[in-house]
Amino acid sequence: MKRILVLLLLACASWIASAKEATPLAEDPVVEQRLIAISEEMRCLVCQNESLAGSRAGLAEDLRRELREMIRQGRSDEEIKTFMVSRYGDFVLYRPPLKPTTWLLWIGPFVLMAGAVAALLIYLRRRRGEEQPAELSNEERERARALLREGEET
Amino acid sequence: MKLRFLLPLALFGVIVAFLAVGLTRDPREVPSPLIDKPAPVFDLPQLAAADQRFTPESMKGRVWMLNVWASWCTACREEHPLLMELSKSKVIPLIGLNYKDQRPDALKTLARSGNPYQLSVHDLDGRVGINYGVYGVPETFLIDKNGVIRHKQIGPITAESWSQTILPLIEKLNQS
Repeated sequence: MKRILVLLLLACASWIASAKEATPLAEDPVVEQRLIAISEEMRCLVCQNESLAGSRAGLAEDLRRELREMIRQGRSDEEIKTFMVSRYGDFVLYRPPLKPTTWLLWIGPFVLMAGAVAALLIYLRRRRGEEQPAELSNEERERARALLREGEET
Repeated sequence: MKLRFLLPLALFGVIVAFLAVGLTRDPREVPSPLIDKPAPVFDLPQLAAADQRFTPESMKGRVWMLNVWASWCTACREEHPLLMELSKSKVIPLIGLNYKDQRPDALKTLARSGNPYQLSVHDLDGRVGINYGVYGVPETFLIDKNGVIRHKQIGPITAESWSQTILPLIEKLNQS
């Protein structure tokens, strides 16, 4: 806990020290809004199940500081994404790009789904074929009649 | 008819195989996109002498290691004895990147437990760390003679990772 506090303090200190033109959050809501929109799509590498927008890890604070500065410089979303990916890899993106190494990831579920639906259809069709009542032969019909008669007599 | 019972078993086997492989992987180890890319340039003040600076260019022509450390980093203590030995054996020049640390704290740590580094640079705001994709200290980068990153160790260097991965790679890079 103490370490986290120290880290937070450090992050704050360095933020104050480095961002000369930094304005309080409320004064620049446009920048903050873009920052949130972008950083919610990114993973914090320290606490991997948190987004960069929500994480309180020291690194996340630093990265938000970097992104905030890039937004102020008018960089495009694509440029900011490239900045992050070139340092931390595709893993920082919650939506990985579509490329040969991620084909299985993107298309896999649909392939599985299609396979399951196909298997279900085949199974159902086969069962329908099996359950069609077979025609009774004359002999069997006679036996059934005899059995029914027996029931009536008792 | 037999296939009907064997198929689910086979599917189960495939799932188990996937999960078994997944268990042997560490999700904290994110492969760095910087491998086989030129090491990001920086120009930082040295830790022990704030008026002197260091740039990775000055290491051109040599295979060297950049070790990211901090006084607040507990896992760094784990690899510290190994780094001390390494610096005594002079296998490879070791440069420290003191990451998001206060200068007095960092110097105190080095004075107390020993300084394995040829020199350390002081990255107070963590910007150079960001350029190197540092997300968990300690991290170590192995950089070749042309200034290209060839290996990244995430977390402390262990005796195993040193002897099995890093040292053979250093020998190979020194020969080329």
